[in-house]
Amino acid sequence: MWFLCVFYHRLLDFRKPEVEALAELFGEEIADNESLQWRLPEHHHNDTPFHFVQLSSEEIAQNIAKRSILVKGMYELWGEGTCYEELKDSIQSYPDSRKLPFLSSGSTFRISVETFGKALTFDEQKDRINSLTYIPFEGRVNLKNPDHNFFLMEMDESEENNGLPPIVQRRIFFGREVGFADRKLLPTFQLKSRTYLGPTAMDAEMAFLMANQAKATSGKLVYDPFVGTGSILVSAARFGAMTMGADIDIRVVRDGRGPDCNVWSNFKQYGLPMPVALLRMDNNLPPWRSGLKEIFDAIICDPPYGVRAGGRKSGGRKILRGTVDPYTVPDDKRTDHIPSTGAYSLVECVHDLLHLAARMLVMKGRLVFFFPVLRDENGSEVKFPEHPCFRLVAVSEQILSSRYSRVLLTMVKVEPYSEEVEEAARLMHLEFRENHLKWLEDGNIHSSVFKPSDSSQIHADSKTFKDPKPKYRGKYV
Amino acid sequence: MRLIVHNMMSCNIKGVVNNFPLRIEAEKVIEKEVDFNPDFLRHMFAKIEWKALVDGARSLGYTELPDHAPDTAALESDESFLRQFHHALLELHLEEGSLVCPETGRKFSVNKGIPNMLLHEDEV
Repeated sequence: MWFLCVFYHRLLDFRKPEVEALAELFGEEIADNESLQWRLPEHHHNDTPFHFVQLSSEEIAQNIAKRSILVKGMYELWGEGTCYEELKDSIQSYPDSRKLPFLSSGSTFRISVETFGKALTFDEQKDRINSLTYIPFEGRVNLKNPDHNFFLMEMDESEENNGLPPIVQRRIFFGREVGFADRKLLPTFQLKSRTYLGPTAMDAEMAFLMANQAKATSGKLVYDPFVGTGSILVSAARFGAMTMGADIDIRVVRDGRGPDCNVWSNFKQYGLPMPVALLRMDNNLPPWRSGLKEIFDAIICDPPYGVRAGGRKSGGRKILRGTVDPYTVPDDKRTDHIPSTGAYSLVECVHDLLHLAARMLVMKGRLVFFFPVLRDENGSEVKFPEHPCFRLVAVSEQILSSRYSRVLLTMVKVEPYSEEVEEAARLMHLEFRENHLKWLEDGNIHSSVFKPSDSSQIHADSKTFKDPKPKYRGKYV
Repeated sequence: MRLIVHNMMSCNIKGVVNNFPLRIEAEKVIEKEVDFNPDFLRHMFAKIEWKALVDGARSLGYTELPDHAPDTAALESDESFLRQFHHALLELHLEEGSLVCPETGRKFSVNKGIPNMLLHEDEV
């Protein structure tokens, strides 16, 4: 069945991957190397909020919409057109057998008018609803709690401000609502109401999107190796998953800012089950027992890539001293000794993360993480880290500044981990390191993001320096 | 720290071979009720080192677990076993104490329920 899938006009790159992940979660059969079938309305640009998606049942469409963050609604399309005459013909030729069950005299209904990129007055909306008299509604109107919700959606050809490139033709849709998103989650979980926050806490909307990409759900175990204040795990726990987190900074995981302001209290605040474990360890030297594997259903994280927070790993002083005698801790100081840490480059961090995921994820388990990308690389194609155990299924870019963006990568484990695989992975990593070390090296990305802009540009002409806001905003929304 | 974590951790000091299970020295043990989720337990059962769990539970004062892991059929039919497994794996917490490496005697402290598995500079 084809459904009209209407999105919120936000985080454009994240919209379809979310629906695809949720479709799998709710039982849509998708063959390996395939994805859902999508179709655009006539003359529409890929960034339009209106898309058609093929799903095997209404129930799946409803479940996706309910759980999704970026789907405004899923609709059974009854008709569409470029003007109201065309819409009428289209609705009238839609089979009665699909329409009549929802128009019967015993039922209640409501018709809402939605627009994109323009506003209609109340009277204009009423006129449009009244023009639909050719649909044989027999039920009673109920605005508060109707059995069936109908939507009339209208979008003009691009004018100034709807944020889409100017190729779109006016389009009107009429459909029956199958499911809609519960964005109430977002105000409840927004960071400003969170008790314990760190400088890089993941905002609630993005954290929920990450949990959806990871297909977090009841009975699954989700791990975050850079847990910090737990903002990603909170979203996974909200969807019913068991959670586990580790961090190298013991003050963050153990102490927080006091007894009622720590990682645990962030879960308590929302009545969510506590993580099954929080621990302090070094992702570079993890203490997993040998033989332990395939225990996590998903690994979700925002690795420290050195722009707002840098990574640390064990063995700082040893590295600093180089060839000088290895540092030893005097026996009487051992108990309270605080080990020093050294810088942990992104390349190493991503390598360790892929290794961890290859070993610890169950088959078909998902690794979901952010990866930074510099934007002034002269348009050269970005290469993402690879691993023989994983297939990359989604790449979603969020632009953070004119200098850099972060890309949410979703990988699925398709090959079991073995020593041969490890060797292949090592070679892939070396190749990646060879070709990309340039900007992934410690501090490099930080200086690229924060370097002062070219001074000749500033002095050239102070009036033209500030770009007018571009009309087509694309991924900036 | 719950025993599910104890079951995953070893002492990873360089060169140590006999590094699992870590012996538990308990100073403070607490119990917290956790929602019973049979699916999760069945998934975990296959991954757990049974003897380490039994010994861990004993050192936290819980002695109900059978010495030998029952076969997987018990997970479907025997709810009282599943409840015991649930209790040992998820509801017992080592709040204060240490995890001790069987080979070197290195103590990893557990403080406010958080095990500190970070190694010193001369151990990596």
